[in-house]
Amino acid sequence: MADQQKSKQNLTDRKPCLSGRGVTKVFGVGNKAMTAVDHVDFDFNEGDFVSIVGESGSGKTTLSKMLLGLISVTEGEIEFQGKPRDISSGAKRKEYWKNIQPIFQDPFASYNMFYKIDAVLDDCLNMRGFKSAPEEEKVRLKTEACSFVNLKYAELTNKYPFELSGGQMQRLMIARIFLLKPKILMADEPTSMIDACSRATILDMLLKLRDEVNMTVIFITHDIGLAYYISDKVYIMEHGKFVESGPAETVIINPQADYTKRLINDVPKIYEKWDLDTVARN
Amino acid sequence: MKNTIKQVFHSGKFLVGFIIFVLILAICFIYPVFVTYDPLEMIGAGNFYKPGTYVSQEEAALNEGYTLNMDASESRLATALGVEELEKMQEYLIKYAGIAEKDIDVTDTEAIVELWQQNYNPDMKAKGLTSAKRKAYRRLDASIENAMKSSGVIIAEEDAESGELKEAKTIKGTGYVNTKDIVNKRTFILGTDNFGRDVLTELVAATKVSLRIGLIAGLIATAVGLILGLVAGYVGGVVDNIIMFLTNLFTVIPSFIILILISYSVGTNARGVMMVAFIIGLTSWPWTTRSVRSQVISLRNRDHVNLSKLSGHSMFRIIFTDILPYIASYVVMAMILQISSGILSEAQLSMIGLGPATTKVATLGLMMNWAMQYAAHLNGSWWAYFPVVIVIALISFSLNLMNTGLDQVFNPQLRD
Amino acid sequence: MGKVMLEVNHLKTKYVTRFHEDVYAVDDVSLKIEEGKSLGIAGESGCGKSTLALSLIGYYFAPLHYMSGDIIVDGVKISAMKPDEVRKKILGNEVAYIPQAAMNALNPTMKIIRFIEDVMKAHNIKMTKKEVYDMARERFADLGLPEDVLNKHAVELSGGMKQRTVIAISTILSPKVLIADEPSSALDVTSQKMVIRMMRELMEKGYIKSMIFITHELPLLYNVTDDIMVMYAGQIVERGTAKEMVFDPIHPYSKGLMGSIIVPESGVRDHKLTAIPGTPPNLKNPPKGCRFADRCKYATPTCSALAPDMKEFDNGRTYRCLMSVRKIREVYENGGSAEVETEFD
Repeated sequence: MADQQKSKQNLTDRKPCLSGRGVTKVFGVGNKAMTAVDHVDFDFNEGDFVSIVGESGSGKTTLSKMLLGLISVTEGEIEFQGKPRDISSGAKRKEYWKNIQPIFQDPFASYNMFYKIDAVLDDCLNMRGFKSAPEEEKVRLKTEACSFVNLKYAELTNKYPFELSGGQMQRLMIARIFLLKPKILMADEPTSMIDACSRATILDMLLKLRDEVNMTVIFITHDIGLAYYISDKVYIMEHGKFVESGPAETVIINPQADYTKRLINDVPKIYEKWDLDTVARN
Repeated sequence: MKNTIKQVFHSGKFLVGFIIFVLILAICFIYPVFVTYDPLEMIGAGNFYKPGTYVSQEEAALNEGYTLNMDASESRLATALGVEELEKMQEYLIKYAGIAEKDIDVTDTEAIVELWQQNYNPDMKAKGLTSAKRKAYRRLDASIENAMKSSGVIIAEEDAESGELKEAKTIKGTGYVNTKDIVNKRTFILGTDNFGRDVLTELVAATKVSLRIGLIAGLIATAVGLILGLVAGYVGGVVDNIIMFLTNLFTVIPSFIILILISYSVGTNARGVMMVAFIIGLTSWPWTTRSVRSQVISLRNRDHVNLSKLSGHSMFRIIFTDILPYIASYVVMAMILQISSGILSEAQLSMIGLGPATTKVATLGLMMNWAMQYAAHLNGSWWAYFPVVIVIALISFSLNLMNTGLDQVFNPQLRD
Repeated sequence: MGKVMLEVNHLKTKYVTRFHEDVYAVDDVSLKIEEGKSLGIAGESGCGKSTLALSLIGYYFAPLHYMSGDIIVDGVKISAMKPDEVRKKILGNEVAYIPQAAMNALNPTMKIIRFIEDVMKAHNIKMTKKEVYDMARERFADLGLPEDVLNKHAVELSGGMKQRTVIAISTILSPKVLIADEPSSALDVTSQKMVIRMMRELMEKGYIKSMIFITHELPLLYNVTDDIMVMYAGQIVERGTAKEMVFDPIHPYSKGLMGSIIVPESGVRDHKLTAIPGTPPNLKNPPKGCRFADRCKYATPTCSALAPDMKEFDNGRTYRCLMSVRKIREVYENGGSAEVETEFD
């Protein structure tokens, strides 16, 4: 918690890492056009643990795909480390992807089930330029990455993804991030398909990545309680727009936007009374 | 992989289909080892000989023979006198011999023949008995006489010098030959066709050729469909639009019509077995393309594909390692159906005379075509077409059963 | 003490996978619900809570198989009846069941009122269309659902509205027990709250006599049901009132589960979330001893050898552990490992 306090104080004097001005994504054309993300502005600084909170259909996953460079931006500007992001060619994209890597929601869908999990880790080593490193060096790096997420490489090697539990798979995804050490981690609901008991482990590891590698973590979630628990800064997203943003403590404890208020009000509580009568009957 | 195969063979449907198919395949390869006749040898001099064993007449006649105390005349009578003849006899006896209907038992051949011999008068003149009719009765009487004869047949040899006929042998009604003693004989289990070819041997050879056509057509259709589907689905955009335009074009025009047009336009001389297989393969890819494309589209947004992209892998690598394995089972299923429909297409094409224009090989479709052209279905020569139909149905059935079995394994309703 | 609406004694069921393996998903479950009470069942994915829901309604169609135990609904022993008989006589009018994806089960070509007419027909209730409509309208109005929903098709309704409509249809015959399996998990928080509010009204107005609510969301359960049962690896490991369970869990597994609760309330940021390492045992071949032993911080070799029974303490709370309550509390206080060998009772 002390770390979190410290990081909060430094929130403003950190270097900008990823920022956006008027970022928009429109799917389809003509009268079938659907605006998924509507002119959003954001500034994510180095070492920030930022949450983007929104319900399904709010456009948060579309935004994350745009930030990852997996889909094009319809309108607006994304800046990476103070300079406009350029991913116009394959080589430039490859270079950009050394700086930003994801953890996805469904660990079962994140693996190619026809390949052993070693393939995932070897890919990371290749990307980091260890392709021709001696075998012992590679094993050492992989073992280190696995032990970062409390897994034993010796037990995992030569296994297929489906032989692991969901929690183990997701931890291995974090090991992958640890190997790649990107500047930005895009975590898209990384715990929503994980059992509550394994969730704490995953969250701890994400915090550890931020603290040890000074990674910027963009945490996308529908769970406002989770966002409050883990992040420094929170962006609340509704219908493709950010309705409120700021330090987590401020936004959650003292929300300003109606949507944020409603969201917080409608989540079941355990310490305060959860008043059912505040919700409409029809 | 091993587990998947084990699972596939646990499926009853797949197993039954697989066994039928393998049996057909095994017969295609084992039968020629034992029966080495040329399948297209025109052995019969006439059309559509009945199924059965054909023994050399000469050899049977000259054979030493055995005497069995079985009078053959009765059974000869039974074969000589059909229902028609019996009715004719009854009509004569009632109309012209004045015998009451109740005294004639049509079912008792012996009794009616006895009555006939007592009452038949070849020179009888009566009202309504035209000369044509009289002649018909005479012929009937002659055949009865013939059948009743048990004195035997005399075989004569011509003396080479004098040119006189010399009695060589008398064959009695009780004379028999053992078929084992006869060297020159041939069994046509399914008779012969219009060209006098052994239908069974021909059928086995035709099945082999048809399976080959189906396999080649299926492989081509699947390969083309798979490549186009993968590219259209994964690349998307303009490429997708162009490929889908082509696919739609082929889909809206019934592929069978294209098949007929192409088959017709390549001309009779060029239309060999391989050509027909190619034509079928190149007209049946659209639905494979469509379904592969839709599978790829749903896969391309999967997280593992995104992750592979973000790991800097090339498009080809992603398609081959991250997409193809996921649709492999589906492609195998599609290919099985393509093979099945390829065999059916060949049969259809050949039936209307646009199949392989060759007399060097037989295909299932060509056999149907020949049987139809020589009106086998009208003159009751069921053996010329019915076994072919059965084989086509069995191949199609086994392949579809395998497909259904695979479908149950790969898309189970109940996942655990 | 109210009338017992649902009583389950030592229920054991299994399901058979497509590889013909037996999975013992519900093993020795006993529970009792009185009139006017609600019971929550919490547990992680794969602990058998959905199988328990199907088992409770006597829905023993392949791949689910009944093994032993009793299910008694308001004095009627439905575990002795044939599944088809249960479906005809019990489901709908005695016990209502709302599965996870209930709202997607509505046939999109039918108007909502038709479903209600079908329910009446299926239970041989002779009513004219007009009477059915009037009854349905009254019930819907009572539950806060607009009347025009009755004349709409399922596709015209939003997710939350669809789910509430399904619940209203399922409870139209005022069943004695409502078994809801994750009825609001697929919805956004506001719709979820509306569903929960409606379920509370169903209870308050007596349209249902008792309720079993199954979910993995503990804060929700805390607010919805009177009692909470925690399920682990096919067994009930602890039962108590919602408040006791959330703030004073006894079983080490419940303790871990409750320690993982996150809510957007001030102070939560200072909590340390608990994590339970490891994975639940495979129910095809459940362990001989305590099923939680190999993940339990406090486990001793005895735990892996001896299967604990449900024990009662205080007034009516039950738990399944070899340690005594006193010992467990002591261990939690010290945070250290336990010397439990001498502590069996």
